[in-house]
Amino acid sequence: MEYAGKLFMILLSTLLVNNFVLSRFLGICPFLGVSKKVSTALGMGAAVTFVMALASLFTYIIQYTILDTLGLEYLQTIAFILVIAALVQFVEMVIQKMSPTLYQALGVYLPLITTNCAVLGVAIINIQEKYDLLQTLINGTGAALGFTLAIVLMAGIRERLELSDIPEPLKGFPITLITAGLMSVAFLGFQGLIK
Amino acid sequence: MKLLKIIKNGIITENPTFRLVLGMCPTLAVTTTAANGVGMGLATAFVLICSNLVISLIKDFVPKQVRIPAFIVVAATFVTMTGMIMEAYVPALYDSLGIFIPLIVVNCIILGRAESFASKNTPLASMVDGIGMGLGFTLSLTLLGIIRELLGVGTIFGIQAMPQGYNPAVIMILPPGAFITLGLLLGLLNKLAAKAE
Repeated sequence: MEYAGKLFMILLSTLLVNNFVLSRFLGICPFLGVSKKVSTALGMGAAVTFVMALASLFTYIIQYTILDTLGLEYLQTIAFILVIAALVQFVEMVIQKMSPTLYQALGVYLPLITTNCAVLGVAIINIQEKYDLLQTLINGTGAALGFTLAIVLMAGIRERLELSDIPEPLKGFPITLITAGLMSVAFLGFQGLIK
Repeated sequence: MKLLKIIKNGIITENPTFRLVLGMCPTLAVTTTAANGVGMGLATAFVLICSNLVISLIKDFVPKQVRIPAFIVVAATFVTMTGMIMEAYVPALYDSLGIFIPLIVVNCIILGRAESFASKNTPLASMVDGIGMGLGFTLSLTLLGIIRELLGVGTIFGIQAMPQGYNPAVIMILPPGAFITLGLLLGLLNKLAAKAE
C-alpha cells in the first residue's frame, strides 16, 4: 500500500508540482515551437508520451544491465542519447508500417523528439533518483503527460492571443514567454500538494 | 577580417539567445544567479568550439545519411569531458548546474551550428564560429543572470548591490521570473531593433 502511495506521489509530482516544462524547464523548444494550434500540440504530446515511456524503459535496462555491470557509468550521456535517437527512428518505422493513420498524425513530430531535452532529462532523472523499474515507467509517463498538459494549455491560450491586440515588439516569442511565466505562477500553486 | 565578422555575427547579428531563440532550456533554468549564467555559458562554449572543430574536420568522411547521429556522438563526447572536468575542478558550480550539464548535448545550438556552419566551412572558421556563438550565448546568459539575481536576491555575483532596505522579489529567481524576464527582454530588444532600422 505504501508503495502504491509512492507511485501516486511520483505521478502527481511530475504531472503538476514539478511540471517538466513550467518548473523544470525541460522541453522548452517544442513547447514554444509547436504550440500554435491545439491539434498539433496534442499530436506532439502523444508522440512525446510514446517515446518517453519507451526511452525510460530502455535507458533503465541499459544503465543497470550494461553500464553498471561493466563499470562504464561515465558513458551514460553518449549511450542514452544514442538509445533515444535509435528509438525515435525505430518508432517512426514501426508506426509507418503498422498504422499509416497514426503515422500521418505523428510523423512530422517524431524526428524533432531526439533533441527534445525532456526525453534525455527524464532518463537521467530516473537514474539519479534511483527509481525501480515500475517507478521509472510511472515517472516517464507522468513527465510526458505533464508536458502534454502544458503544451495543450499553451496552444489554447495562443489560439486566443492570435485575435487580441498585442504591442508590436511583444508579438511572437516575447508574449509567449510572458504567458508561460503566468502559467508557471499558476503551477507554483500546486507546490502545497506535496510536502 | 572575415574571422572578426564571424565573431560579431555570433555575439550580435545572430545572437543564439536573443536573435535565433535557440537553447532555451538552459537559458531559463540556470540563470538564477549571474555566476551560474557565466558557468553554463562557458561550458556550452567549450563544447561548441570543440565539436565545431571536430565536425568540420570529419565532414568529408561521414556519409550524409548518418551525419546527425555522428554529430551527436561528437557533441556527447565533449559534453562528458566537460562534465568530468567541472566535477573535478569546480564541484560547487557542477552541483548547481546539475542535470543541465549532460543536457548540453541536446542543446539546439550545438547541432544547429554543426548542421548550418561546421559541415560547410573550414576547421578554422568553424572554430571561430564556435567562439562567437559561445560568447554570444555566455553574454546573454550572464545578462539574464545579473537581472534575475539583482531583483530576486539584491546581489550581483554574490556582492550586495541593492540598498540595505531592498526587499527582494523572490519570484524573479523562481521559474516564472525566468519566463517573464526573458519575454520582456526579447520585447525590449525587438523595440530597439525596430527603432534602429
